[in-house]
Amino acid sequence: MPGEIIAWLADNRQAFESAAGRHLLLSATALVAAIAMALPLALALVRWQRLAGVAIASVNVLRTIPSLALLAAMLPLIGTGFLPSVIALTLYGLPAILINSYTALREVDADIIEAGLGQGMTGRQILGRIRIPLSLPVVFAGIRTAAVQIVSAATLAAFIGGGGLGELITAGMGTLNIPQLMLGGLAVAALAVMTEIAFALLERGVRRSVGTTA
Amino acid sequence: MSWTLENYDILAIALGEHVLMVGTALVLSLLIALPLGILTARRPAFYIATMSVTGVLYTVPALALFAFLIPTMGLGIAPAITALVLYSLLILVRNVAIGIREVPAELIEAADGMGYGKARRLLDIELPLALPVIVAGIRITAVTQIAVATVAAYINAGGLGDLIFQGITQDFGEKIVDGAVLTSALAIVADEGLKHVERRLRASAAERL
Repeated sequence: MPGEIIAWLADNRQAFESAAGRHLLLSATALVAAIAMALPLALALVRWQRLAGVAIASVNVLRTIPSLALLAAMLPLIGTGFLPSVIALTLYGLPAILINSYTALREVDADIIEAGLGQGMTGRQILGRIRIPLSLPVVFAGIRTAAVQIVSAATLAAFIGGGGLGELITAGMGTLNIPQLMLGGLAVAALAVMTEIAFALLERGVRRSVGTTA
Repeated sequence: MSWTLENYDILAIALGEHVLMVGTALVLSLLIALPLGILTARRPAFYIATMSVTGVLYTVPALALFAFLIPTMGLGIAPAITALVLYSLLILVRNVAIGIREVPAELIEAADGMGYGKARRLLDIELPLALPVIVAGIRITAVTQIAVATVAAYINAGGLGDLIFQGITQDFGEKIVDGAVLTSALAIVADEGLKHVERRLRASAAERL
């Protein structure tokens, strides 16, 4: 079996590389979009507490929708391809980042904030110099969860024409090409594990630079 | 909405299949995770090794896991349930082990002092006190398995994912929405129901201490 997988890869190198490239592009775009939405939203929710209850409740419902259902739901709304896949994956990654960021920003030690106020810091300074730096490790933990979730769910983008490594699996299933199927599975699994490790290292770096041990 | 109203029996069957698939997987997961959690709870090296292996399994995307199982197990409910069980192990084993480890040391010493054997200590003290943490693990596992099980329809295991895949191939949005709503509803019911159980167990455990 390993020989057959390598043989398939040698014959279809270009197809493999374009699928892998597409997978990375899908995942990276969705992750950046999810971060770009979640962070300002978390800041806004800390600022306007009254909205937070409703927002967190809706995000918790969003969290229960399986990735397959989110991707499929894009079909009747915006059709097939790259864009609907990215939108679904962004929505899928959003809850982990938003909930972590919001919780971390809120739960910054009240004593430290008090001390900042005592030194005459303005609200903006407290946010920029105390709340945000201290919550970074937990925010990063959320980003790591979202990154792995997105890379994983991007496999299913193949079902709505979004491409990526999942296509090797579905194409292999369709033609009963076991080496292709296995290669797709191995590549996706390796990518997910590598994402987890890379972001774990990144998170550790952030923790070190912020100087928290938790 | 008309398709949904006229075909509620199809929806009910898909929901039933989904519940049966996840329920079976959950029972099998517990049968494996309970002994594994008990064995690893007080053996740090064994625990770390188990967490590494189950951690990798947990990270592998569902479709890839199915792809790996197809050459040996083919299609259908058996590989689907196998994949769901493999997914569950990280959280279940971890929670069983943590639950046992968090039993206060005084209680363990007291039990030993009263001449409890290891088996009796486990059944009478450790497991009952670990139960809330174990149920928390079951809750997270159930919610994860309900979501992953939708993809299992791709390897002919049936369930709510069938509606979603039919919706995709027939370009029929209503089926997709039905599948999505029922899956989410099932996940929310499982989550809230088990949360309730967990809270009651914590309350009665606190009373006993």
